[in-house]
Amino acid sequence: MPILQPIGRTFLSFLEATGRLTLFTVIALSHCVRPPFYPRLVVRQMIEIGYYSLPVVGLTAIFTGMVLALQSYTGFERFSAESAIPNVVVVSITRELGPVLAGLMVAGRVGASMAAEIGTMRVTEQIDALDTLATNPFKYLIAPRLIAGLTMLPILVLIADIIGVFGGYLVSTQKLDFNPATYLKNTRDFVEVQDVVSGLVKAAVFGFLVTLMGCYHGYNSRGGAQGVGTATTNAVVSASILILCFNYFITELFFAR
Amino acid sequence: MNDASSNRTPKIKIRGLSKAFGDKVVLDNVNLDIFPGESVLVIGGSGSGKSVLLKCILGLLHPDSGSIEVDGEEVVGLMGEDLDRIRRKFGMLFQNAALFDSLTVWENVAFGLIQGQGRPRAEARKTALEKLAAVGLGEDVGSLMPAELSGGMRKRVGLARAIATEPEIIFFDEPTTGLDPIMGDVIDRLIVKCVKQLGATALSITHDMASARRISDRTAMLYRGNIIWVGPTAEIDRSDNPYVDQFINGRAEGPIQMQVRAL
Ligand SMILES: Nc1ncnc2c1ncn2[C@@H]1O[C@H](COP(=O)(O)OP(=O)(O)OP(=O)(O)O)[C@@H](O)[C@H]1O
Ligand SMILES: [Mg+2]
Repeated sequence: MPILQPIGRTFLSFLEATGRLTLFTVIALSHCVRPPFYPRLVVRQMIEIGYYSLPVVGLTAIFTGMVLALQSYTGFERFSAESAIPNVVVVSITRELGPVLAGLMVAGRVGASMAAEIGTMRVTEQIDALDTLATNPFKYLIAPRLIAGLTMLPILVLIADIIGVFGGYLVSTQKLDFNPATYLKNTRDFVEVQDVVSGLVKAAVFGFLVTLMGCYHGYNSRGGAQGVGTATTNAVVSASILILCFNYFITELFFAR
Repeated sequence: MNDASSNRTPKIKIRGLSKAFGDKVVLDNVNLDIFPGESVLVIGGSGSGKSVLLKCILGLLHPDSGSIEVDGEEVVGLMGEDLDRIRRKFGMLFQNAALFDSLTVWENVAFGLIQGQGRPRAEARKTALEKLAAVGLGEDVGSLMPAELSGGMRKRVGLARAIATEPEIIFFDEPTTGLDPIMGDVIDRLIVKCVKQLGATALSITHDMASARRISDRTAMLYRGNIIWVGPTAEIDRSDNPYVDQFINGRAEGPIQMQVRAL
């Protein structure tokens, strides 16, 4: 059956890639928890991921909050249900849009630059040089990035939540004639701890996925500039897809009954 | 293969080492002994697998078969802490220097001291600047980034990094390529000094036969994945090996056929 052969081959190479990624993840995680640690490098990555992503994540959040308020107004107006707008804004932002959009923006910003940096180090033999200087590249390059991604994304998302809700508030009060005090009260009444917590759990997972994909594709890049380019693309694409997949499953975990 | 030094245990003992990339066989059953305190040179055409041989010994590439012993300890298949322990014995100058481009020059040189040996930064910096001075680079160069250096300067920084930890075994992959003749001689002397004064064992690669005669005690020639000749460098002119003769005299005619077609 010649038709089964390519299917089988694709399936095998998929299994192989999955196995390789799993092994990479296990090794990387084991180096995150075993000394020696490099606190200086962790802090540098935290600044890189957390601080420098603030503008792009903040802008994404504010416009998302604003457009959410506007769109739900045009929809709810028909049923005279405008009072649900604060609810819609805060729940969509904290549960879904905050973590997913921040994750996607960070994938584009941080995941790409990690893949490019580590990939360049690979093809210029800098990773080999690290090895010969008895410094484990997993410890020195990968663990600090994973730790920084895991910890900084929840903080970024928390800020994005606040900015996003503020965006909705801005449009509702300035354009849609909401009473500011009522809007805030409704927001506070509607939001539940679980909404925010699920969003932050998602953020931590996404931060891990983005940095993992950046490191994995960079570390395994081959060839020259072209190989690094491919690694960068793969890092961003795979991180984005994984974010959307995991988003569904974490949502199911938290909210499906 | 054995010679006068065979009564000592080798520092590095390579047996039946083979390595292929896909269909392309690069090393095919290589045997070589390197004894403590000697300086061995590997010569061979471009692309004959000299750099691959060095990387196999360092565990950067995994050989397909064969055995490599360092101080009597098998290193093929070694991983993690054990491999790091072996690697602490080595210093390596990469062919293209492989400097860390996110660190300054002195941090590059001090890297093995700070990360590998856990020395304080201030002390490591002092040692790094001394090593830089030994390769003819001043303190001002120490604070530059690798991207700001010329090719020859990068090579010398790589050399300083390789010797900074005063390792037992040092690999030099084309240490003088890209240097002017005077600096080439300075570097040759530095290599000899490392071997003679620090008692290091050296394995070098070079295409420069004048440099070869200055820095090495023994020479091995790699051709088609095999070591086809090993002997004292002083006797290389009397090797009676047509391949070696052709190589060291740099003639296009001879048993070694280059894969080129005339224009
Ligand atoms: N990572 C790799 N993947 C695939 N092939 C490789 C790899 N590294 C080396 N090779 C191949 O192995 C052969 C030997 O390479 P090597 O770098 O050892 O040559 P060399 O003897 O050091 O040459 P030169 O004197 O030009 O530096 C080359 O033909 C090269 O194409
Ligand atoms: Mg080479």
